[in-house]
Formats: sequence, C-alpha cells, structure tokens
Amino acid sequence: MPEIRNYTLNFGPQHPSAHGVLRLVLEMDGEVIERADPHIGLLHRATEKLAESKPYSQSIPYMDRLDYVSMMCNEHGYVRAVEKLLGVEAPIRAQYIRTMFDEITRILNHLMWLGTHALDIGAMTVFLYAFREREDLMDCYEAVSGARMHAAYYRVGGVYRDLPDQMPQYETNQFRSDADIARKNETRQGSLLDFIEEFIGRFPGLVDEYETLLTDNRIWKQRTVGIAVVSPERALDLGFTGPMLRGSGIAWDLRKKQSYAAYDKVDFEIPVGVNGDCYDRYLVRMEEMRQSVAIIKQCVHWLRENPGPVMIDDHKVAPPLRGDMKDGMESLIHHFKLFTEGFCPPVGEAYAAVEAPKGEFGCYVISDGSNKPYRLKIRAPGFPHLAAMDEMTRGHMLSDVTAVIGTMDVVFGEIDR
Amino acid sequence: MNDKVQTQAQQRHDALVEAITEAFAGQGCEVVHRLDEVTLTVPRDKLIEIAGVLKTDARFGFEQLIDACGVDYSHYGKSEWVTTASSSSGYGRGVTRAETSAEGGATRYAVVYHLLSVAKNQRLRVRVFIDDEYPVVDSVVAIWSAADWFEREAFDLYGILFDGHPDLRRILTDYGFMGHPFRKDFPLEGQVEMRYDPEKQRVVYEPVKIESRTLVPKVIREDNRYIDEQNNQQGGADA
Repeated sequence: MPEIRNYTLNFGPQHPSAHGVLRLVLEMDGEVIERADPHIGLLHRATEKLAESKPYSQSIPYMDRLDYVSMMCNEHGYVRAVEKLLGVEAPIRAQYIRTMFDEITRILNHLMWLGTHALDIGAMTVFLYAFREREDLMDCYEAVSGARMHAAYYRVGGVYRDLPDQMPQYETNQFRSDADIARKNETRQGSLLDFIEEFIGRFPGLVDEYETLLTDNRIWKQRTVGIAVVSPERALDLGFTGPMLRGSGIAWDLRKKQSYAAYDKVDFEIPVGVNGDCYDRYLVRMEEMRQSVAIIKQCVHWLRENPGPVMIDDHKVAPPLRGDMKDGMESLIHHFKLFTEGFCPPVGEAYAAVEAPKGEFGCYVISDGSNKPYRLKIRAPGFPHLAAMDEMTRGHMLSDVTAVIGTMDVVFGEIDR
Repeated sequence: MNDKVQTQAQQRHDALVEAITEAFAGQGCEVVHRLDEVTLTVPRDKLIEIAGVLKTDARFGFEQLIDACGVDYSHYGKSEWVTTASSSSGYGRGVTRAETSAEGGATRYAVVYHLLSVAKNQRLRVRVFIDDEYPVVDSVVAIWSAADWFEREAFDLYGILFDGHPDLRRILTDYGFMGHPFRKDFPLEGQVEMRYDPEKQRVVYEPVKIESRTLVPKVIREDNRYIDEQNNQQGGADA
C-alpha cells in the first residue's frame, strides 16, 4: 500500500489565468483544495508613498495605473477625496461627464472581465467579441483625453476639458484600402456624443450576443453554478463590495445609497443575485452593463442640451486658461504657483468612495495643511475579495480556482498598489 | 447638487454622534464630526470592547469593515521648505530633509478603521493611537474577517503588531524584505536595489545608487480662508 499524502502546488506568479502576477500556494488533497494561500505584492509600487512625496494634482496619473482596466473610476475616487478636503465641487456639466465616463469605464471593465473569465474556463469566442467593443470605448477615452487607457482626465475641480465636437477619424494609410478606412470612419463623422450614442444604440444587442454564447451554455453553467458560494452574512463580514456583494443578494450600490456626481439625477436599477455563486455574479455584471447603457443614454441627452463650464473658476485650485495667462499677470502667478507648488488644502482628513466596477474604491487622505497629502490610503475593492480566496476555494477542485479568480475580477494594479 | 442626499446624511451623522456619545461616555473616547464624516478616537485598551459594540449594537450596526490602515504621524505638520537666516548673497530658503529622523512619542502611529453599516447606510472612522516604543494593538479579525489582510498590510508597511492576529506575515513587500517602508523615516527610494549578477549566476541585493531628490518641497501655507475651520477643529467634543 503506497503512502498517500497531501502535496503543495505552486500556481503562478506567471500564469495566464492568474490575471496578472498572483502566486497561489495550494495545499491539495488529490485534486481537492484544502488551503489556498495567495502571495501578493509582486506588483507593489508603493503608490501611496509616492503620492505622499508629490503635490496633490501630480498623483492623478498614478490612479489610472492602479486598477488599469477601470482607469477613470480610480481618478474619480481620488479627486472626490481631494475636493472634499478642499471644500470645492465640480460644475454640474463636469459631474455629468464624470458620470458618463464612469459608466463607459464600467462597460470597459466588465467586457475585460467577461472576456478573460470566459477564456479561463474554456470559452474562446467571447474574448474576441469583448475586445472588439472595448476598442470603440477606448476611442472615446482617446477622443476626450488623448490617451487610450491612462487618461488623467478628471482633475480636482472638474475635468480637463470639454467633450470634443469632432470625433477623431482614421487616416488613409498604405495598409488599408480607402473603402475600409471610409467604413471605419462611418460612425466618426459627428461629435464624440454622436459616436457614443451610436455605440450605446447597438451595444445592448451585443450583450445579447454574449449571452447567447454563455447564459444557457451547458458547459458554462457546469463551471459556474454552485461554485464559490458566499452567503450574504459572510460577504458582509469579508468586506465584499460591488458585484461580489450584490451577487450574494445584498442590494448595496454607492451610486444609489451614497449618491455622488450626477447619479441621483439618472434612473437605473441595481441588479441583485440570489445564490451568491459564480453564475449569479456573472448575471449581475451582465445586467450592470445594460444599466450602464441606460445611464450613458441619459447623460448624453443631458450633455447635448446643457453647455457650460467643466472646471471650477477658482484659480487657487484649477489652473487659469492658457489665453488668460498671455496677458494677465494674476493668471500667470496662479499658474506658476499651481504648477511649482500646488494647492494646500486645510488641515483635516477625508474619505471618499466611488462605486468602481469592482466594488468600493475609496481614498482616505490626511492633510497636515501642506501641498502634499500627508497620508493617502487607497482602499482597493479587489484586496478584501482576494483575501477571501482561501474561504471561497476550500473544498473545490483545482480547475475551479481559475473560475474563482475570474469571478473576483482581480487586477493586481490595485491589489498590490 | 445632491442637496437632499446631503441633508439626510447630515441628520444620520448627527444621530450617530449622539448615539456614540451616549454609548461610550466616560471611556476616554473623542468624537469629531467634520466634512460629513464622524471620527471616533478610542483608547488602545478599549478597542476590542468598543469594536464589538459597534458591530453588534442595533444603534450602530457596522457589519462591514471597509478599510484599516496604519498612519505614521512623526512628520505631521513639518515643512521641508524653511526660511534660513537671510544673507547678503540673497536666496535664503532651502529644503531641509527630515527623512532620516522621526520623532517617537505616544502618538507616533495610529491605526484607522473605516466602518460601514449597510443596514443603516452610515459610515464611521475609528482611530487608535499607538506609541513608538511598543506599537501593539489588539487584532479585530475575530470581529470582522476582512481585517485579516488589512492588518497584515499595516504590519508590513508600518511595523504595527496586531495582538491575536492568526497569521501576521508580510504581505506586499518582497520575501526577506528588511524594514517597514511606509514609515516616514524610510527613504522613498528604498535601501537596497536588486539586479542579476551574471558572475554569481544569481540575483544580488546592493545599497541603492540613486540619490534622493526633492522635486517639489513640502510647504505649509497659512491660509486665511481656512483659519475659522482650524479653530473649530481644535475644540472637538469629548465623549
């Protein structure tokens, strides 16, 4: 009789389904997991310490690099915390722009999650479909900020600039035929809002398309139904937020309950799961994409009707216009002070959270009255989710680990910070 | 914007301050209600008791620990950009770097917990001050499971020990890392750098070669717009 013993399996840190650099040490009994110990920090860049060494406004681009698939939501959490500390509020048009881009970001994030989650547990096609749509949304990012991903578009006191009147178009080149370029430019003839409107017009049909591939798919259900069930009580105790909490049946959404930006002026529903398993969390996120479309539609409508400023007119916080600087001494001084020293918020501390696609993204800022944050703590939604890895995988098979990583929607930029 | 939401939040917070004042009277706590946020500072030896009440008592119902983090207050309120004695040569200001020294004392460190009540839709910040000599605080893992990794992180980055934590290991830094990098006396560029040594055929650690620079000095401005607020803040209500 051979001796039977448990063995320890190393998973990652470089593994395609680890969604970045996650090292898991798994204690296995045959193919069943007895204990999972995630080792994180391989992408730790000390964002918080870096932020403590530079003026407030220079940390905004770092926020993009936290959760690098939901960039603008991270910026939103940070600028809200600083705005709260300063006691300023962005103009209403900037609030609507932020709401619209938060929802664009949510779709971007959920498409990334859907594609990789499905790929991890065996469905190839969805990944390709999802990335096709992500391309259009990243074009919206590019049109408004100049960068496809790391936008740095939200600023303290508003947004960097108003929405462009002309959507950038593809230029003719030697690799594509003119007819092909013309076809690609068909939807880009008008403004950015026209482009977004066209996108959200066809996007619900595309979500249906993903759903035909997955929702009633026998293999998909075998891999997700009843996997990693979390009860509502445990979900609260483990610090879950966002779709992870709603998948367990708790209707908690900061956009509704502790409303910010223009979320109290738009209509949408909070989808809630029943069983708290991977399948319910999948359904919740799919419905969230449809709700995002509804929010974007209302924002586009409002933004068309209501022109106005997108930045506050307080030059102690927001830089003056370039033109004013050319012939105004005061503007020039303001600009110089803002870009060499930055602004000094009053002594105090503030915590501001947004409903990021993954859950509650919060920034806790302590100010000692200087031009740099004394302490910045970033509350990443993925951090407590991954902490529950052990509890969620215990007793499941090795192949379910990838399903659990997928359902948690982990991104190591924000977990390791 | 959000006027209705804000007045509702204001009322909830006022009620919360009242409930806290009533429940923890005479325990040496301090309550501050500022910027629409309620902060409760508790003495170190009362933390577990108070945290238990905050979670289970129907008046509070903080079933969720949203965040826990360490803070190092040793450079708090210190400017790097100081006026030196004016000289005939002109420029009389310079950057003083205080990074190698950190003052200790009874309130050098703090652990800050952010609590959320889903049922009552309210938030609370709880702060515990810890001294430099003996930076230990009781672990709240038994009350909120979410505290597990947050406390490991605070231990890793600040060296704060959590008494009763089931598995207090480093979490974010490298295997074998020395020091606690988020302490204010730990340099931003670190102490060691790592490279692959082709001769030794392995990774080696060496002292960092890059020099520390201050691009924008830390400066504290006296701002007349904020003077009223600061005066108000000093008179925090005692519970």
